[in-house]
Amino acid sequence: MGKTLSDKVWESHVVRTAPGEPDLLYIDLHLVHEVTSPQAFDGLRLADRPVRRTDLTLATEDHNTPTLNILAPIADPVSKLQVDTLRRNADEFGVRRHSLGDKDQGVVHIIGPQLGLTQPGLTVVCGDSHTSTHGAFGALAFGIGTSEVEHVLATQTLPQARPRTMAVNVNGELPEGVTAKDIVLTLIAKVGTGGGQGYVVEYRGTTIENLSMEGRMTICNMSIEWGAKAGMMAPDETTFAYLKGRPHAPEGADWDAAVAYWKTLYSDSDAVFDREVNIDAATLTPFVTWGTNPGQGVPLGGAVPAPEDFADPVDRSAAERALTYMDLRAGTPMREIRVDTVFLGSCTNGRIEDLRLAASVLQGKKIADGVRMLVVPGSARVRLQAESEGLDQVFLDFGAEWRAAGCSMCLGMNPDQLAPGERAASTSNRNFEGRQGKGGRTHLVSPPVAAATAIRGTLSSPADL
Amino acid sequence: MDKFSTHTGIAVPLRASNVDTDQIIPAVYLKRVTRTGFEDGLFAAWRNDPEFVLNQSAYAPGSILVAGPDFGTGSSREHAVWALQNYGFKVVIGSRFGDIFRSNSGKAGLVIAVVPQDVVEKLWEIAESEPGIEFTVDLHHRTVEAADNVFSFEIDDYTRHRLLEGLDDIGLTLQHVDLIEEYESKRPSWLPRTLPAKTAG
Ligand code: SF4
Repeated sequence: MGKTLSDKVWESHVVRTAPGEPDLLYIDLHLVHEVTSPQAFDGLRLADRPVRRTDLTLATEDHNTPTLNILAPIADPVSKLQVDTLRRNADEFGVRRHSLGDKDQGVVHIIGPQLGLTQPGLTVVCGDSHTSTHGAFGALAFGIGTSEVEHVLATQTLPQARPRTMAVNVNGELPEGVTAKDIVLTLIAKVGTGGGQGYVVEYRGTTIENLSMEGRMTICNMSIEWGAKAGMMAPDETTFAYLKGRPHAPEGADWDAAVAYWKTLYSDSDAVFDREVNIDAATLTPFVTWGTNPGQGVPLGGAVPAPEDFADPVDRSAAERALTYMDLRAGTPMREIRVDTVFLGSCTNGRIEDLRLAASVLQGKKIADGVRMLVVPGSARVRLQAESEGLDQVFLDFGAEWRAAGCSMCLGMNPDQLAPGERAASTSNRNFEGRQGKGGRTHLVSPPVAAATAIRGTLSSPADL
Repeated sequence: MDKFSTHTGIAVPLRASNVDTDQIIPAVYLKRVTRTGFEDGLFAAWRNDPEFVLNQSAYAPGSILVAGPDFGTGSSREHAVWALQNYGFKVVIGSRFGDIFRSNSGKAGLVIAVVPQDVVEKLWEIAESEPGIEFTVDLHHRTVEAADNVFSFEIDDYTRHRLLEGLDDIGLTLQHVDLIEEYESKRPSWLPRTLPAKTAG
């Protein structure tokens, strides 16, 4: 029987296997940020252990960092302590770090690919659930907790039970105005937030093959939102073209050796997945969420559902709760929902292509009365790139705020938060209660929907303009 | 890590599905650099609601949480586990859990007992019909004793073994450092390294 892509990557990283125990996997790249690492470095210090492979480790600051006045001392003393602690730890243990003000600082899942460190066939971990993003390159990439961060720092390995495999086949041509974000939001609504639990998922099919690396990352990023351990895509010419010439991409003969290996990374035609899901791209439309988990979504042309629409009693009570929290009435057309804030950014949709797409919709228009829009590039380099293309001016002329790079309102750990009761259209990945600020209400959307919504003030797509 | 064998404590029925880690502890509470003190952020958004289960005096000293399906989905924050432990929880019983949350719990010493949803419903009924009732969780036999009922739960053999013995994962792995070195000696030279740092200038 043939092997799946994830089997191939898994098997090439097994350091030790023993009956009744998880496999011990070697980790090729470990990304570190300020929120989930302080206790791990403390653990090392207590046990008098070094970081085993500083040359496979990279740290950045993103979750807590301000997006205004980034060179001034961080105002919130607790955030400041956490960022200072990362800096101290990285310097003490010899870990490379990209701090605020550095051109390579940014959301951890944006800078790995950008530097060319994220490559096909690697194992990539980070103390962050959206590590699945890196799977877009054909890496096996997953989020870990702080105890595991410490484990990887100390040993460069991780004991892992082997997950099952799933294929998500997406075929056909995407209709105009439909993006990678809509594919993944539709998928999650279809399979539910627990649908991927225990699986490594491979996204494949012609629609996936035709996506840019940015679009592929958007989909892999949200794998965790339906419970999957990791999301992967087979590397191809698009992947190689993206990597070629990046700072840490192999060069010369190394490049040829790498590409020869990367080309072996696909699921064999006779490989069997434990489960398969099919999606017909031609039937997709812009998709938005109405509730408080990423599976509670409908097409933008649809309406807020009623609890009675759900047969499963658990789903029904979840819907009831979500409607109350979101302050929505069943039957309201999604397009009539008015927002206060639009957030364009995050590791889901904060890359240059996302900004270009949104800017192309906004160009020459004015923001709706009473709406504020935050544009937060995913990394300092994305910001520089956007500025060199004049996108910052497009956003500013439109009436949006142009900020420095970081997680920002994706999780509201810094001052960029929703006020209680405020409603946002957000290109991020989580609409959980209070995610973007206590009492804040989030609708997850694609970048073009975010832009059109900022113009009209109600959830909209560019086709509505 | 302390060894875990059996635990008897007050059961807390949390009737909600999809309690993600943002609900267990919101991001604004994650800024500490220690592993302690996170109990103040536990279920923070609900703690002002007098109806919330932990605000009822009978349940407040609880140590066994009976949760709804898909508990602990979402972010990788181990702070969610620490917040539960800092508050005093030793065990969470439920039918489905977020993967990362479950693995973080195993590492930190919080027992995750998986039972079918109909057993969760029964445990909820028992805990609600007699607020403050104690359950006993026996990790050795993988059972929960509630009133006069005994239910079995699932936990994988390896995690159970580690919890029973109180084993430190890193110590276990470092026993195989020779295998790690052998693996490292065979890694292709073109694999990426973060050092020396290269940037686009
Ligand atoms: S942008 Fe949002 S999802 Fe991504 S790493 Fe930051 S907080 Fe997490």
